[in-house]
Amino acid sequence: MNIELLTIDRARDLLVRKEMTATALAEAFYGKIATEDEKIGAFLTLSKSRAMAKAAEIDQMVERGDPLPPLAGVPVGIKDVLMTRGVRTTAASKILDDFIAPYDCTAVARMEAAGAVVLGKLNCDEFAMGSSNENSGYKPVRNPRDLTRVPGGSSGGSAASVAAGMAVAALGSDTGGSIRQPAAFCGVVGLMPTYGRVSRYGLIAFGSSLDHIGPLTKTVKDAASVLQVIAGRDPLDSTSAEVPVADYVSEIGKSVKGLRIGVPEEYFGKGLDDEIRAAIERVMDRLRAAGCELVRVSLPHTKYAVPTYYLVATAEASSNLARFDGVRYGHRAEHAQTLSEMYRRSRNEGFGTEVKRRIMLGTYALSAGYYDAYYLKAQRVRTLLARDFQQAFGRVDAILTPVTPTAAFKLGEKMEDPVAMYLSDIFTVTANLVGVPGMSVPCGNTREGLPIGVQIMAKHFDESTMIRIAHAVEEAQ
Amino acid sequence: MAETKVTERDVMYVADLANLELTAEEKGRMIRDLNSILEHIDTLNELDTSDVPPLAEVASMFAGSQAADGGRFGYAMRPDEVRPGLPHEAAMANAPESDKVYFKVPKVIEK
Repeated sequence: MNIELLTIDRARDLLVRKEMTATALAEAFYGKIATEDEKIGAFLTLSKSRAMAKAAEIDQMVERGDPLPPLAGVPVGIKDVLMTRGVRTTAASKILDDFIAPYDCTAVARMEAAGAVVLGKLNCDEFAMGSSNENSGYKPVRNPRDLTRVPGGSSGGSAASVAAGMAVAALGSDTGGSIRQPAAFCGVVGLMPTYGRVSRYGLIAFGSSLDHIGPLTKTVKDAASVLQVIAGRDPLDSTSAEVPVADYVSEIGKSVKGLRIGVPEEYFGKGLDDEIRAAIERVMDRLRAAGCELVRVSLPHTKYAVPTYYLVATAEASSNLARFDGVRYGHRAEHAQTLSEMYRRSRNEGFGTEVKRRIMLGTYALSAGYYDAYYLKAQRVRTLLARDFQQAFGRVDAILTPVTPTAAFKLGEKMEDPVAMYLSDIFTVTANLVGVPGMSVPCGNTREGLPIGVQIMAKHFDESTMIRIAHAVEEAQ
Repeated sequence: MAETKVTERDVMYVADLANLELTAEEKGRMIRDLNSILEHIDTLNELDTSDVPPLAEVASMFAGSQAADGGRFGYAMRPDEVRPGLPHEAAMANAPESDKVYFKVPKVIEK
């Protein structure tokens, strides 16, 4: 059997029809990881004893003929910024090199309660800061479609593990595109829910007003199935919203006829690769053929989204990362004579270049004399970006754009130029700033065979419409 | 508009605020990178935002964030009751140095 093609439904069917046990399935995935991951680098830590215990539990349920939960026996990977009790959790940072999480992230706990088998922890950019996965404190991840190219970031391990068939599904996090961009680069589906839709309890915080947890999967239906499990109010996260969870899986296959889809001209300007433009136009044609009305909309402040994002995100990061001081957990520098020296040296030894750069930028933007000119300015422009979306969503049900201006770039290509790296997030950061859900769906390949993704954004808490359109796009491929 | 050129002194000052101790090499690169990032960020000054209110978070803008009884952020409220927390032993388990009851640190008063 070809395990790399397994979806959630097919994996579950194997168990229901007793063609395979959950234990054998988990072992098959560990076998795949053993042969494939050396060249890809998606996993940082394997949680084999936890996985096998869960698989055994599922097998007992099958034996007894118990009703099986929605993700029964499905082997999944978890981005290493999500806490997993008893399992090493590093955020791909040396500062958390030996950190064993004392509790579970709510999204992980919900996945496991729904039957998922957690294979291990996935590589990413350190503290989720990056667009290429080259900022991992351990090793870069390589794109399974072309090993000379990056998988995207920061959830590069999540996207690569699914694309390479080393996990059926993965959880990632998205602060400025970190689920959607790697999904596009690796040719998988990535879903960032509305701000507040999924609890962030147990997510190692980067930018608290921007962070989301969401799934990376092979199909739109699988993304809907995972969202179904992880969505909903959590008393442990005061920012998780009291909004009823819809039946996302039931959107699969529903007609998109009559839906109004906005196409913002600002996302199709200079800098967009021609092959990506052509692929998105093909998607537009197919949606039109399926009965959607495509409407030109304008999001006039789009060009200001990246600078706004890099002020807001770094300001929030600089305060969130203040907790890493070598006192309660994480790396502590040796032989420091004073507390202050211990803080400074521990942080300097533990953090990588990009993390330091962002802490510095964020601290600068918040410091006396610069606060109004930078941080406050960015918050004001954030209002303008939110108004752009409110206006557009007054006229349309969803917005369709590219996910990235180019396909996956080469390792090393943008490492020396932080601004060029930041600009690769140009089409994804705005959804985080305004809190709307966004999804990346594969829509073809470049002539070189690199995947292309299309982004669908919807109104706040309307993941249902987003999933319905995403499935229509997937079906039309 | 604020001074945009980041000097070595600025980098030293901000590193101090951020509790970072940069090496000489890191300092040079940081000056270069921060200047190039801030130059890009300065495009925000093309916008007149004097009448635009700041937006710190989006949750309060949308439906569902207002609980029927609690008003704005009502959803974030809960009764002030003692609930079980992380056990002491679990909270101490990752400590770089401890006596199992307290975290140990180098001396705090420096002078």
